Amino acid sequence: MMAEDIQAKLKNYKTAPFDARFPNQNQTRNCFQNYLGMNIMWLLPVSTSWQRSPDYSKPDFHRCTKVLTAKGADTTPCEWFRRVYKSLCPISWINKWNDQLEEGTFPGKI
Amino acid sequence: MAHPSQLGFQDAASPVMEELIHFHDHTLMIVFLISALVLYVITAMVSTKLTNKYILDSQEIEIVWTILPAIILIMIALPSLRILYLMDEINDPHLTIKAMGHQWYWSYEYTDYEDLGFDSYMIQTQDLTPGQFRLLETDHRMVVPMESPVRVLVSAEDVLHSWAVPALGVKMDAVPGRLNQTAFIISRPGIYYGQCSEICGANHSFMPIVVEAVPLEHFEAWSSSMLEEA
Repeated sequence: MMAEDIQAKLKNYKTAPFDARFPNQNQTRNCFQNYLGMNIMWLLPVSTSWQRSPDYSKPDFHRCTKVLTAKGADTTPCEWFRRVYKSLCPISWINKWNDQLEEGTFPGKI
Repeated sequence: MAHPSQLGFQDAASPVMEELIHFHDHTLMIVFLISALVLYVITAMVSTKLTNKYILDSQEIEIVWTILPAIILIMIALPSLRILYLMDEINDPHLTIKAMGHQWYWSYEYTDYEDLGFDSYMIQTQDLTPGQFRLLETDHRMVVPMESPVRVLVSAEDVLHSWAVPALGVKMDAVPGRLNQTAFIISRPGIYYGQCSEICGANHSFMPIVVEAVPLEHFEAWSSSMLEEA
């Protein structure tokens, strides 16, 4: 069911939607979180309506791929995070982080 | 766009800028009225032969010239706060563009679907064709669909810059390592110019911004042709 919702969201994807976790001018963390970050909210129960709109139940892209591949599961939900970080993050930042991931010098915790 | 001997703002190309212009007109009118009143009082004081040495105080006038300025300030504050909150409204953008500042040019990235990125250098004065604007034209413009909410994420690759387009009422600092968000809707098709607004070295005055607003079909055709070029 979740996969179909995400498929629908991906099909209608225009650009990264408003994320209530990052309502202000500084979107640096928004980009970084979607590229990597284990969203701390995903551990909390989804109680308030503003928490329900983004995918708080799913970790962000690279951890997402790692976790789901290890389980042998479909990594389609990760595609959502890939689209969002591609929309938000400058290409040079993504290339730099990708290189760091390959070299093993990436500063974030995956 | 800007023209010689210009006194006021450029014509608004976005709803926010329209509001800013109205607010500015309203506030400037208040300022002119107060200045005219003060000027009148000064000339009246200076040009009379009458003198009065016996008035020590007056409760009534003190009350008036306390309450009236308070009311005037409220009349300025209310529209001001209204616009402040209007500019901060949650919008749902249809498109995200990244504007990256470099020494000394801007680069634009459209990565919602494919990876489109290109640099935008100023056209040197000797290379201008007749009718083009000196120090304002660029080789590639940031093309944007009109009447669509657009999110621009501004950052820099080296030093501080600032991305500004006065006709849209937009200015956002470009800070290395930080992603600053601004948004606008362009109400009408056209070409809108801006200039780097944070000192960034020798050619700070020579890295302009040009935004071209076109109907959606033209935007789609433009982005396809840009992708093919790359």
